[in-house]
Amino acid sequence: MNLAILLLVVLFSTSCFFFGRKKIIKITSENKIRPNALPDYYGYYLALWCAIPAVLILALWTVFEPTIIKAIIINNLSSNNLSELNPDELNLIYQQIIALYAGNFTGTITEEIRLGAENYKSFLSIAEGSKIVILISFLMFTTLYAYKKLISNNKAREEVEKIVKAVLFTCSLVAILTTIGIIFSLLFESIKFFTTINIFDFLFGTSWSPQRAFVRDASTITPEEYNELKDAFGSVPLFAGTAFIAFIAMIVAVPIGLFSGIYLAEYASKKVRKYSKPIIEILAGIPTVVYGFFAALTVGPFFREFGERFGLEVSSESALAAGLVMGVMIIPYISSLSDDVINAVPQSLRDGSYAVGATKSETIKKVVIPAALPGIVGSVLLAVSRAIGETMIVVMAAGLAARLTINPLESTTTITTQIVMILIGDQEFDSPKTQSAFALGLTLFFATLILNYIALRFVKKYREKYE
Amino acid sequence: MSKEELLKKRYRAEKRFKFYGLTSVILAILFVLFLVNVIFSKGKGAFSRTTISVEVDFNTEKLEIKNNPTNEEIQDTDFYDLSIESLLNVYKTKGLKEEKDLIRIFSPDYEFEIKNFIIENKGFLNKTTIIELTASDDIDQLNKGNYPRHLPEERRRISDFQLLIYDKLVEDNKIQKTFNTFLFTNGDSRDPELAGVGGSLLGSFFTIIVTLLLSFPIAILASIYLEEFAPKNRITDFIEININNLAAVPSIVFGLLGLGILLGTFDFPRSTPLVAGITLALMTLPRIIIPCRASLKAVPPSIREGALAVGASKVQSVTHHVVPLAIPGTLSGTIIGLAQALGETAPLILIGMVAFVVDLPSSPVDPSASLPVQVYLWSEQAERGFVEKTSATIMILLTFLITMNAFAVYLRQKFERRWS
Repeated sequence: MNLAILLLVVLFSTSCFFFGRKKIIKITSENKIRPNALPDYYGYYLALWCAIPAVLILALWTVFEPTIIKAIIINNLSSNNLSELNPDELNLIYQQIIALYAGNFTGTITEEIRLGAENYKSFLSIAEGSKIVILISFLMFTTLYAYKKLISNNKAREEVEKIVKAVLFTCSLVAILTTIGIIFSLLFESIKFFTTINIFDFLFGTSWSPQRAFVRDASTITPEEYNELKDAFGSVPLFAGTAFIAFIAMIVAVPIGLFSGIYLAEYASKKVRKYSKPIIEILAGIPTVVYGFFAALTVGPFFREFGERFGLEVSSESALAAGLVMGVMIIPYISSLSDDVINAVPQSLRDGSYAVGATKSETIKKVVIPAALPGIVGSVLLAVSRAIGETMIVVMAAGLAARLTINPLESTTTITTQIVMILIGDQEFDSPKTQSAFALGLTLFFATLILNYIALRFVKKYREKYE
Repeated sequence: MSKEELLKKRYRAEKRFKFYGLTSVILAILFVLFLVNVIFSKGKGAFSRTTISVEVDFNTEKLEIKNNPTNEEIQDTDFYDLSIESLLNVYKTKGLKEEKDLIRIFSPDYEFEIKNFIIENKGFLNKTTIIELTASDDIDQLNKGNYPRHLPEERRRISDFQLLIYDKLVEDNKIQKTFNTFLFTNGDSRDPELAGVGGSLLGSFFTIIVTLLLSFPIAILASIYLEEFAPKNRITDFIEININNLAAVPSIVFGLLGLGILLGTFDFPRSTPLVAGITLALMTLPRIIIPCRASLKAVPPSIREGALAVGASKVQSVTHHVVPLAIPGTLSGTIIGLAQALGETAPLILIGMVAFVVDLPSSPVDPSASLPVQVYLWSEQAERGFVEKTSATIMILLTFLITMNAFAVYLRQKFERRWS
């Protein structure tokens, strides 16, 4: 249906384009005046005025229609019902109504559901009808408005360019809207979570086991229950696990990445550089789920067998395996970024160092790296931020038990792993367990935000220095 | 220390330093080769399928079917007895346990396979013919040499009797390896020998189309605004900070956004490519805007000034001259961004694309899986057959990614103009 309407709008506005172009030529030649812009612009002017409002209305309507109909039906349900129903039950009835309407309802059809489905059907047809009426009247109105302007020989080019600029500006606002959307969606659930669990208990508690949290109604928690609940949502083990695995990853990635960056920038011949750089960058293009599979299937079991030979107890989901593979993933980020910043160091610094008799490695160690240090620090920080936000490797290879440990051979868990484990499959929206995932997401978002901000600051400072 | 010694020491340090650099580069390259090698050696088995020749007698009287049946009539006929009878003819059995063992060397869909065969080849009605039926996962793995048959019987899933049948079948040349078309056409399944990536291929395809349609136009328009028209003010700065930050926000946060807003607030359909596409579009947008802006920036100012000098307006100079010159760069940036989106898993898990979907999706609003999620799902399965299926899925995914990236590089090299 929407597609048909959209097609109609496109068709209509295309004909508007040709009509507008023809009309202005006719008017101006009849009145023997010059048009204020090229005839094409009058066509665009009419077509844009016809299409943009219509498409906007259509999009908004499509997005909001289900929500509004749901609200109306649920409102009806709760006002008709004598017994009090909680939101979850209302939601269930709503789902049943929709299933009945779609014809795939199984179970006993109660009077309530049958009525609801009839209501739903009528609401849908009302919505459909009013959508078309509103759309067409709006379209007529805006097109007429534009037509009136057109026959008075307006400055169509400027008007069209104004519209174009407005569209461009709106598109660039999407970035802001996305950020607002992220913060809104994370905050909304997190605030609900923090009304149940004290934010300090969440941030500084040392025991995490959300599967124990069975309480559904937050308002009826006794202090004893709260003490128990608090112990389910202490996120320190997750922070520690995340930092620990990221640390292992950085131990692998920083030396290898930095040294290969230096080698490629300073030593490698053009030919070596041409072939080895893309190969290393393949590592950055491989999906993380592939690394996860690799870590879980090859690296983890390898470490376990290796450890067994020396009588060591190694978990097959060890922090070491996950961290190591994550480190391999991060190598190209560090190597290509540090390659870039080293290349940006002016040649005159090197020449000066060579002139006083330093060898190449001495020049690199004493002159080039200190000069490039802010950029290198920035790239390492970006890599850290990537490591703590990395999900699939740790989900598949790092284990689920939240424990405070610094033994790399044991399994640990991370923030991202827990978010995935809590939200995988169906979840009730109003339990503290689900909300805790959003609280974790919020923490993660802010942690990476701060890291990125600092890193970008470093890189920017560095760039300004040599520009 | 004498001068010569000192010099020698410095040269040694020089050599050492260079060696560290070279070792790092070689190590990184070795990682790539090792990874690719592991995946390929594990995954190549999944491209072949083991079948067992079975003689089937399509007697219409026994099937209680007319002589010239329509497809629907065959569909409605019960083929179970015929199938079991044909399977049991493969090897002489005594007792119920042995019969069960014999039937278990076939994949559980044997009845449908026989039925589909006769629907496609109606000429074989009332005739006896040999059909290739899919072998069960264990036999498949045994035939590919991945099965530890030397273990004692109680520690393997194949019984001694089944091994006996298998060896006899091999001797009689009744076991074949064919190209595994199921891998590309079937949806997900609990049986590894029947599971395929058809559903997730389509799911990924729809997802990427939605992502492309949303992110490409918005990204280009936004980057044109920021690069060409934006005045230097607070709003512009704020937009830029937002874009740079969003490009580095972990992908799982976008999954939470999709879950909270698209599924929670707007009631979009769960587990569908539509929601996945929107979520990934939001994630990819800043990652496309950044290269798009770079390629707009690479167009020299003289082009703009030339257009303005002959009387074009600012918008005309941008749309007629700057943008066409920047298109190859923006396209290659977009393709690389889409390749990243194609490999993204975590956000899709959060919006419910981990559902077990057997049917192939036919539109972006049908529930489906996607390639990377399929990798995750199958990697959690215990069956031996799923390991090679997972690796094969990775191979398919990597093929797509490499093709996309190569295409992006080709576009850039072929069409991009150098100005200096």
